Amino acid sequence: MSYVAHDESVFVRPAEVEEPELYHPKTFIGKYIWSQDAKVIGVQYSITAIAVGLVALVLSGIMRLQLGFPHTFSFIDPSNYLQFVTMHGMIMVIYLLTALFLGGFGNYLIPLMIGARDMVFPYVNMISYWIYLFAVLLLMASFFVPGGSTGAGWTLYPPQAILEGTPGVHMGIILMLVSLAFFIIGFTMGGLNYVVTVLQARTRGMTLMRLPLTIWGIFMATILALLAFPALFVSAIMMTLDQTLGTSFFVPALVSRGEHLDYSGGSPILFQHLFWFFGHPEVYIVALPAFGIVSDLIAVHARKNIFGYRMMVWAIVAIGGLSFIVWAHHMYVSGMNPYFGFFFAATTLIIAVPTALKVYNWVLTLWRGNIHLTVPMLFAIGFIFTFVNGGLTGLFLGNVPIDLPLSKTMFVVAHFHMVMAVSPILVVFGAIYHWYPKVTGRMLNDSMGKFHFWVTFLGTYAIYFPMHYLGFLGVPRRYYAVENLDFIPQSAQSLNVAITIAALIVGAVQLVFLYNLVWSYFKGKPSGDNPWQATTLEWQTAHTPPTHGNFGSTLPVVYRWAYDYSVPGVEADFIPQNQPPIKRAGSSEEA
Amino acid sequence: MTSTLLVLVAIMATVVWWLLRQTVNVRPWIAGRPAEGVSGDGALPLPPVKVGLGVFLAVATSLFALLISAYFMRMEGADWTTLTVPKGLWLNTAALMLSSVAMQWTRVAARRGRIDGVRIGLIAGGVFTFGFLAGQLWVWRQLNASGYFVAANPANAFFYLLTALHGLHLLGGLWVWGKTTAKAARGAEVGAVRLSVELCTTYWHYLLLVWLILFALLLSTPPRQSSCPPDTFAICGVTK
Repeated sequence: MSYVAHDESVFVRPAEVEEPELYHPKTFIGKYIWSQDAKVIGVQYSITAIAVGLVALVLSGIMRLQLGFPHTFSFIDPSNYLQFVTMHGMIMVIYLLTALFLGGFGNYLIPLMIGARDMVFPYVNMISYWIYLFAVLLLMASFFVPGGSTGAGWTLYPPQAILEGTPGVHMGIILMLVSLAFFIIGFTMGGLNYVVTVLQARTRGMTLMRLPLTIWGIFMATILALLAFPALFVSAIMMTLDQTLGTSFFVPALVSRGEHLDYSGGSPILFQHLFWFFGHPEVYIVALPAFGIVSDLIAVHARKNIFGYRMMVWAIVAIGGLSFIVWAHHMYVSGMNPYFGFFFAATTLIIAVPTALKVYNWVLTLWRGNIHLTVPMLFAIGFIFTFVNGGLTGLFLGNVPIDLPLSKTMFVVAHFHMVMAVSPILVVFGAIYHWYPKVTGRMLNDSMGKFHFWVTFLGTYAIYFPMHYLGFLGVPRRYYAVENLDFIPQSAQSLNVAITIAALIVGAVQLVFLYNLVWSYFKGKPSGDNPWQATTLEWQTAHTPPTHGNFGSTLPVVYRWAYDYSVPGVEADFIPQNQPPIKRAGSSEEA
Repeated sequence: MTSTLLVLVAIMATVVWWLLRQTVNVRPWIAGRPAEGVSGDGALPLPPVKVGLGVFLAVATSLFALLISAYFMRMEGADWTTLTVPKGLWLNTAALMLSSVAMQWTRVAARRGRIDGVRIGLIAGGVFTFGFLAGQLWVWRQLNASGYFVAANPANAFFYLLTALHGLHLLGGLWVWGKTTAKAARGAEVGAVRLSVELCTTYWHYLLLVWLILFALLLSTPPRQSSCPPDTFAICGVTK
């Protein structure tokens, strides 16, 4: 496959890497079950995460049924409702999004995109997946134990999380905390791999500044996760001790149901600090990979180099750094010192600057690009709209005086779902449509994909846009039923009905996506090696899907960045990263 | 949260500084051939396991820094009483120091290629480490026998939590130590165990440092300055 004639004198021998000691599986089980191949582990992570995500999707449907049609469904009582809210939130944020972006996309894409044969610690990587699966099973088990799963809300605030009256106070909360601890141990094993692989296993010529932005996003998000997850780990252990052994880390002296409890002096605020010290970086742990992936989708499908690559990299690094000093904006209502609130409001607004830079750069990349409205591109553009909307309401909530009245209303639910739920999920879909051909060798069906996009994109707007108005009206979040409140007009209920109908439609259409995944695996159009004509290394492999070891006998050598699309004076509209420089008169190609 | 913040700011500052140094003044859009003989441009000149250990130590630092922050915040509670530090801890600390010294000695022996020294050093290091862990268990039992189990008061709860987590980290190290010692005992060359010895030594020094900080923390008397009256629904007292 030769796009441009090039001078043999600039050819560079491939890197002299010693024969890699790859684990060579012989049996089906060794190849697909107990696999140490990062690609297989990535697919295992993705399938598990999507499966558990479907459970959470069903839970959200049940919640919407209750809110839209109260007193209709006898199987939803107030306790169940709280349990569904809790499990929906925790599964979506941690067990779906974090696991899918870092465990799924990270494992599949990092070695392929940086030109490595595998992760640097394949055995640890395999263990990481199995611990994750164990954590998921523990969490699912909590549905079936006496008392059911915990209903403490996804933030698990003590003391209510471990006091009588909250659903699942005996077994449910313990299973949740232990499951989280295992998730974190498993993630740390995977995370070590992602960071060290990006640092140490890049192929020749793949400097840090030639990394595709996808890798930058995953890399920085992993650093955040490695440093932030310990906060959740510590709080999970301390709360487990409070619940089982009666320590008083988080629970103050209090009277519950007329009884003085044995606790004294614990600090619920301490838990909130620890939780949000993890919780806010968590937002960026999910967002940064999405930022990176969307940058690559836009560049590939608009056939244009990404606008301001260096700025994009620095923005990712800056967001990563700043994300550690904004956590307390989740705690404005905890009665904090006003100067504290001022500090965190300031940092919250500052972090919007690099984020906005990224949005401008995406839009400027699209500007006068050769935009192909493929399904991945549709999802990428959908992401920009949704993310800007959700981000703008974040500026409102970042200010203490606006947050205080809105904090307990549906406005927060709307903001949070726009920016942290729908936006990353749109990127997940875009990424799956983009990389599915590499994983399976077949294209996903285009018509089903477009149908899936339009219903999902417009549908999520129909769900969350009106929800902002419910918030302004003062409709509280977390409530099982909102009735007999004078300040809430009757029309709010009509809006709730409409939102529920939209949510059910969007939920049902995800079945089309699942059907597409299965159907295309057998009947999809064969994709060839590089269906999107992309420059990055994963599309230049000798086989599709790539075999174990990724690149055959020699690793590719990288000569250029990942964004050589529509280079002036070059006939082909893209130049792969492993294509040597072109010698032309008056050309600036060779440095 | 100040101590955590300082630690994390230091870690993040290192990360950002290093990344900026790698990325400033680079013009990625210009194509060019990579330098001969270099694989993985810009990679640190270290084996991947060493980088991996470094990253892991950063994670562990975050974990212990957060615990220390929690300790300080909880200290402000009205019901805080200082831990009566068991005397045995001084002995244990000495054992852990000796294990660290032994590991350092092993590293020097490994560098000089003396496999006998490596064997003796590894075994000495392991013996002192097991001694430390046994001592910690003994202190636990002692505390328990005198009526201070984990729920007795917050300082004791922290004591059990901190020592348990520190001990678990040491056990993880001992697993690698066990594999290395077995290899050396089976007559491996120095070259085959040198890297593992270096990793173990770094890890032991790190855990000694963590232990010294935790020990100092346990010894320090808390400032009693809480404005919270006892037996309230203590929401106050933290974000002052």
